[in-house]
Amino acid sequence: MTTRIVELRQGILKKNDELARGLRGQFETAGVLVLNLVSSPGTGKTAFLERTLRELVASGAKAAALVGDLETDNDARRLAASGAPVRQINTHGICHLEAEMVGKHLEGWRLRDLDYLFIENVGNLVCPSSYDLGEKIRVALLSVTEGEDKPLKYPTLFNSADAAIITKIDIAEPCGFDRTAALKNINEIRPGIRIFETSAKTGAGMAEWLAFLADARGHRV
Amino acid sequence: MLLELWFRCRRGRVHELSIVSSIVDSVTETLAAYPGARVKEVRLRVGALASVIEDSLQFCYGIATEDTPLAGSALIVKILPVKMHCDGCATDVEIASLQSFRCPICNEPVSDLRQGRELEIESIEIDEVEENV
Repeated sequence: MTTRIVELRQGILKKNDELARGLRGQFETAGVLVLNLVSSPGTGKTAFLERTLRELVASGAKAAALVGDLETDNDARRLAASGAPVRQINTHGICHLEAEMVGKHLEGWRLRDLDYLFIENVGNLVCPSSYDLGEKIRVALLSVTEGEDKPLKYPTLFNSADAAIITKIDIAEPCGFDRTAALKNINEIRPGIRIFETSAKTGAGMAEWLAFLADARGHRV
Repeated sequence: MLLELWFRCRRGRVHELSIVSSIVDSVTETLAAYPGARVKEVRLRVGALASVIEDSLQFCYGIATEDTPLAGSALIVKILPVKMHCDGCATDVEIASLQSFRCPICNEPVSDLRQGRELEIESIEIDEVEENV
């Protein structure tokens, strides 16, 4: 017996990273802006996405969504009411989406026909941050009911985000939401990040968000 | 043991199991070049921002390596601190607290990540069978 050290120096999630790179290339070629929405369960990702899709469809933009959940197609049915094409990904116990699941669920869709593709991740603030889905923009969402220090508790996710959304701003006051502290905490973890304060119910902040989307898409090619 | 895994999974930690399964696949592939070799150690480089909890990794490693060529091997995890580039100081700085991304020299916010999201297999240590002459 001889002992030998074999250098590997390889990414553990190499397979996912390679698939995500492939997807990113496809998205860029097709000219579709892809966003990955991540938050805790209950933040209001689906309501926020529902409103976003509805407003995009109404403005004549072509938007579609993939929505990840452990079980049920309830969210896909809710989102489909916007008129946008929607597909449900059921992970059956897996706590995050992976590039392979995204690729598989895109089959049959003509990406060239889309302007925006939203991927609503499984509600979880830890696991999704390790998995690249080929998105251009990773969006971290936080609701006014969750506590202003959530970004400090989950820095790995907030630090990897490109934009942050504060949801349910219409109930900020009864919840005793400390807006200044929330903005400060997000900025401590991800300095300079764009932050949108929104309400899917009243539509507050949606105009700024939609302008950001149009801008991000315009700067793509 | 399974009950504990179930609880960890319920708490959203199951991604460490996916990560460990990827490690088993990569190492098994590498071993094809060393027939009969036994794995003693697998060494990882994990960034402090990689969203991986070492305890969960170690726990899942024991389960995922059962009945594989990695069974009984040790998992050595080297945690890499977060390093950001500070434009003002024109240097890479280590971030001591994940609750504040500021340069420890000038206290300005820093957003240019240089190290901290690594999730890599650095090397493996194996016992090789001597070739018959």
